[in-house]
Amino acid sequence: MSPKLDHHHSPVKYISYIVGYVVSIATTLLAYFFVVNKVWPKEALIFVVMGIAVVQLLVQLVFFLHLGRGNRWKVATFAFALLVVLIVVVGSLWIMHHLDYNMMNMSPDQMTQYMNENEGI
Amino acid sequence: MTRAEEEVATQEKKTLGFWIYLMTDCVLFAALFATFAVLRNGTAGGPGGAELFDMPFVLVETIILLTSSFTIGLALLASVRGLKKQTLGWLFVTFGLGVTFLGMELYEFMVLIGEGHGPQQSAFLSSYFTLVATHGIHIAIGLLWMAVVMVRLWRRNFKKTDINRLALLGLFWHFLDIIWIFIFSFVYLIGGMA
Repeated sequence: MSPKLDHHHSPVKYISYIVGYVVSIATTLLAYFFVVNKVWPKEALIFVVMGIAVVQLLVQLVFFLHLGRGNRWKVATFAFALLVVLIVVVGSLWIMHHLDYNMMNMSPDQMTQYMNENEGI
Repeated sequence: MTRAEEEVATQEKKTLGFWIYLMTDCVLFAALFATFAVLRNGTAGGPGGAELFDMPFVLVETIILLTSSFTIGLALLASVRGLKKQTLGWLFVTFGLGVTFLGMELYEFMVLIGEGHGPQQSAFLSSYFTLVATHGIHIAIGLLWMAVVMVRLWRRNFKKTDINRLALLGLFWHFLDIIWIFIFSFVYLIGGMA
């Protein structure tokens, strides 16, 4: 192996896995503790748990999957996958929330009637 | 290029190819997560997450999977350093933790179905079972792969090709760990709030 190749493939250290593991366990327990003890009201808790999940994602990407090491295409494909994931999840929630919101307080029969009259279905 | 350099280049290509597969798997799970998020309140008059989920049980499951992700990392490091016994030992621990996780998940499903809260009860439970079981099937396939890698490393004289396969298995296992973190956070912690 040439020294040039070696530079990109410097061996991954034990410390990387130990730090990743400790931080993952700590954040998992923290999120669990917050939710079980209802430290904050529900809306705030949802954002806290989502935030902790993102922190864990980053920790595992860096310390376990070593994103950024080796081939640069890994980062590019990851960024694209993240974009698709966000479009699918946020888009679904957005559209379904608006459908739900606009159809609020209607029984299934009323909804059928409404759709017959106004949506041409 | 020398033989060694060629081998490194080939392994890098294989890693990238496998990585791209993992990214497409991400999109599959994104679709299932989106389905769950949309249907989470569609309980059809039945119980929701707050009544159904056994939180301490799920926490133990999560810690087991996190630990297995750590131990497969240790196996990976040992394999790169050429330590056969240590590699196989850590792989064995990882395999045991993976089987325990899968067993706990199946037990959880059996309890839910036994109480009449199977996937046919409501849209919420359909999407829950689809999402969590898809992850479980991935884990089962990962365990099968791990068994093959272990036997090959043990019987075939610890060859470089098998060590490279172990590196890909490690990527797969860490990926499943990340998916589980999101299942734990979104399905159990957030979905289980009253």
